[in-house]
Amino acid sequence: MKNEIKSKVTVSLEIRNANLIYQDKVVFEDLNFTLGGGQWTCLLGASGVGKSSLLRFIAGSLSIYKDTHVSGKLFATDKQPLSGRISYMGQKDLLLPWLSVADNIVLGFKLRAELKPCHRQQARELLKRVGLTDTANLYPSALSGGMRQRVALCRTLIENRPVILMDEPFSALDAVTRIQLQDIAAELLRNKTVLLVTHDPLEALRLGHRIYVMVGQPATFNMELTPDKEPIRNINDEHVLNLQAQLLEKLADG
Amino acid sequence: MVNSKQYFNLMIIFVGGCLFWQAIVVLFTVPDYLLPSPIHVFGALMQQYHVILTNAKSTIIETLIGLLLGGALGMLSALVIAYYKPLRQWMLPVLLISQALPTFAIAPLLVVWFGYGLASKIATIMIVLYFPVATAFYDGLRHTQQSWIELANVMNAPQRRILLYISVPAALPNLASGLRIATAMAPIAAVVSEWVGSSQGLGFLMMNANARLQIDLMFAALFCVTVFSLLLYFSIDYGLRRLMPWVSHQH
Repeated sequence: MKNEIKSKVTVSLEIRNANLIYQDKVVFEDLNFTLGGGQWTCLLGASGVGKSSLLRFIAGSLSIYKDTHVSGKLFATDKQPLSGRISYMGQKDLLLPWLSVADNIVLGFKLRAELKPCHRQQARELLKRVGLTDTANLYPSALSGGMRQRVALCRTLIENRPVILMDEPFSALDAVTRIQLQDIAAELLRNKTVLLVTHDPLEALRLGHRIYVMVGQPATFNMELTPDKEPIRNINDEHVLNLQAQLLEKLADG
Repeated sequence: MVNSKQYFNLMIIFVGGCLFWQAIVVLFTVPDYLLPSPIHVFGALMQQYHVILTNAKSTIIETLIGLLLGGALGMLSALVIAYYKPLRQWMLPVLLISQALPTFAIAPLLVVWFGYGLASKIATIMIVLYFPVATAFYDGLRHTQQSWIELANVMNAPQRRILLYISVPAALPNLASGLRIATAMAPIAAVVSEWVGSSQGLGFLMMNANARLQIDLMFAALFCVTVFSLLLYFSIDYGLRRLMPWVSHQH
């Protein structure tokens, strides 16, 4: 494919001494965290523990919230600025209801006034790759939840940025659709630096090169693990099932 | 929102109302100078259609221009308030004052300032419509989903383009509600401002007919105002829905 989306450079991210206070509540304090270049890092934790806040810290989007105090260092190991090298995918697909599927995919170019006809062509090719041929001109409301999330994936992919932040992007889907979409994402986001926030240990074990468990207030990591074998791992694997039991135990501790 | 069933119901209400009205006039032998029968009103409509039409024309023009300018001013204010944060605390009180002012009470003043002609009517209509349009649109602009804005920020979008391509389309349903209210109010504002001081228009015609006890003519003019208001509302409603095809998709 001519317009194949591939980014040759991988970027590692370092977070040093990150602090976040939200409405007088210390979400995390002196937190250190590394996102390995070209790897999927999974962040597990109970709801409200601060996983999404850490993701927003990296995205630099905490500043739009009121009563929020942020400090700490965030840098890429290649010393280049981070701006313009991150893209984001959330639990909600965030498709704009007044734009067609294709227009939703090229939204970033439209918002930066960079839209060219070749981007629409690229959007169509991406749709084909996620199995949504012929949906380009539909409104998002005509699609199912799983299809919409695939469109959101295309919107993330077309930005072609080395760092992808994913905030429970599969959690609202039914079990079968979830596994399908995990596979598509893992395939298309290979060699990207991905942070996947999730509350599903099995999802983390299928997809993650490295897995962190976040607990407590202020939040800390009470477990880090690097499963052997490369993702996508088989969920029937004994090693995976063992690790799942351990992860569940650690999650319950928090 | 109106659908074909509601159009049908509207016809039934109209025909039923006329029959009921005719029955009352016949049954209780109400004198013509108190309540003319619908047949008499229709007769007046036919006989004096030329006078009615001339006067209707100026009312229609006033209403349309007032609606256009008032709507535009309201939308523009909402955009300015939403974009320039420092202006907000100055503009919001202005909005409130425009609503708190008893518009119909200052209408005579507007006649003194702008004369008996078109200008004073348009000014009254604009003041009346400004508030519902501006507040509805501003409310929509202010409540853009935070997560959409976050997404746009991660995409490195400039503030101005986020407003234009995300906040404005997201606020269009709110704006539409404001415009619907404005559309319903515009002909009323036009007629009232004609009562206050004018030399033409359906409001002027009604005042004159009333004073001369030409109650059938007065009802004929009233009928025309009502028909015009309904037609105006339906066309604006239709246009708004055509502009926002995605809204009817959502349930």
